[in-house]
Amino acid sequence: MKSNRDRAGSLVTHALLIFFALLAVAPILVIVVNSFKTTPGIFGQPFALPNAETFSLGGYERVFTRGQFVTNYGNSLIVTVGATVATLVLATLAAFALTEYKVRFAPLVGGFFVLGIMLPIRLGTVPIIKTMISWQLMDTLTALVLVYTAMSLPLAIALLMTYFKAVPGAIKEAARIDGAGELRTLSITLPMVRPGLAAVASVTMLPIWNDLWFPLILAPSKENQTVTLGVQQFVGQFLNDYPALLGALTLGAVPLIVLFVVFSRQFIQGLSAGIGK
Amino acid sequence: MNRAHYRYFLAFTLPALAVYVVFAALPLVNSIWYSLYDTDSGVARFVGLENYVYLFTNPTTSERFWNALTNNLEFFAIHLLVEVPLGLLLAALLTSGRLRRSTGVYRTLLFIPTTLSVVIVGFVWRLIINPLWGLVDFPLLGDERTALPTISLMSVWQYVGIPMIFLYAALLAVPNDVLEAARVEGSGAWSTFWRVKFPLIAPQFGLIAILTYIWTFNGFDLVFALNGSAPGPNYSTDILGTLFYRTFFGSSGQLSDLDLGATVASVIFLIILVVTAAYFGLLHRRLRSYEL
Repeated sequence: MKSNRDRAGSLVTHALLIFFALLAVAPILVIVVNSFKTTPGIFGQPFALPNAETFSLGGYERVFTRGQFVTNYGNSLIVTVGATVATLVLATLAAFALTEYKVRFAPLVGGFFVLGIMLPIRLGTVPIIKTMISWQLMDTLTALVLVYTAMSLPLAIALLMTYFKAVPGAIKEAARIDGAGELRTLSITLPMVRPGLAAVASVTMLPIWNDLWFPLILAPSKENQTVTLGVQQFVGQFLNDYPALLGALTLGAVPLIVLFVVFSRQFIQGLSAGIGK
Repeated sequence: MNRAHYRYFLAFTLPALAVYVVFAALPLVNSIWYSLYDTDSGVARFVGLENYVYLFTNPTTSERFWNALTNNLEFFAIHLLVEVPLGLLLAALLTSGRLRRSTGVYRTLLFIPTTLSVVIVGFVWRLIINPLWGLVDFPLLGDERTALPTISLMSVWQYVGIPMIFLYAALLAVPNDVLEAARVEGSGAWSTFWRVKFPLIAPQFGLIAILTYIWTFNGFDLVFALNGSAPGPNYSTDILGTLFYRTFFGSSGQLSDLDLGATVASVIFLIILVVTAAYFGLLHRRLRSYEL
């Protein structure tokens, strides 16, 4: 029998969560809706849906003619995919070795990696700039891929180690008895850590796509700008063209929101397992 | 076999180790090293603590530093007092056992702001609190007293999803038989949460508090996106990250100075390290005593 008290409690819980969910989503919806309006529409009725009089795609037209969104998206894609793939490959090898080979200094190396989850990597920016200058990588996407890979490895390794630990030893022994080399043995265990790889990929991508600091410093030129930096500069230049500005913001936000909603389960799993260790 | 183990271990960890050392660990250490040199003349000259003396005795740089540090403390305090408790509340609501299928929907919606870039967060909120739109008729970002709390709350809006998810995962791990025992004893939802669940997740709560400290003292993006590298009005929103950026990168009216930049970075690193070490050395151990 459900008491009135229980019912009231569940009502309050839903009411609170609906309130906070609206607080989280409404500002984004306001921007998206207003990006399809004319300037008078945006300022006349900011919270109304576009109607025949206020509907306009002019903002988006100007974003595409004056901004460089295609280049920016391309750059973000190269950097994010490049660093994520590099992180996955290097972290898989390292996490496998750290859980598989019981050598004396393995815990030390593991601890050294895990420490990096907490390290504020940005504070090393001055030496990073000097390294990039001497390697002639200043203002290249390669510089970003290298730094982001270094930044993502600690969490990726910590996460993957928890998945590799759960792989039964018998499977690896069977592979070795069949004459498989160590790399082959590793690849046989890969299907069993697939959820871990998905979790790593999703937590790695987000901070890279959204980062402003390193693009600003290591790849600032027009040809190498990522979406985040591109939107930042576009918005700085077109402060009075509100439809274009809102269009740029929408284009910057929507792909990631869609990606997150699709992969939210892997993402949340990765995040909670990663910092929980 | 043991020797082969060493060989495989090295071969498999070296690529990751190389990238991590060269582009993350070593630069942090080298920052401290570079802060002891003067390279203005083109050749590196060892100057000991001279850069630090300059940072803290030159009237302009020291005033800017203490201003940024005070602002950063306020930026952190607002996150600690608003974001972390709000994250706990949301996590508690999500795991209260009063929701059925809707948990996933709420969780996803509440986390969406965290997936946005700060550039978007900054401009979305700047538009919404724009006096022209009439929701607020006070220039919150234009007044020295309200600018920093306003930016801090925008940041809380964006990142509240992180403590929420983290504490949510911790609360899900509380064993069911413990909760069942509390229910049989006649404990209500409120007292079950504070007497049973919260003590069990205290270590995670402590961890998210210290991570919030590290993240806010490493903050930069939102302030820069809204107010640029000399964040006004009158440096009232300047935090350590923007001060660091301005020092090594330069901004209008300020030349770039890599040596002093490395010095500022080392001081920030020390501020983060001391508090983090103190937390793990003194506090975290005690929170673990409840672990099942």
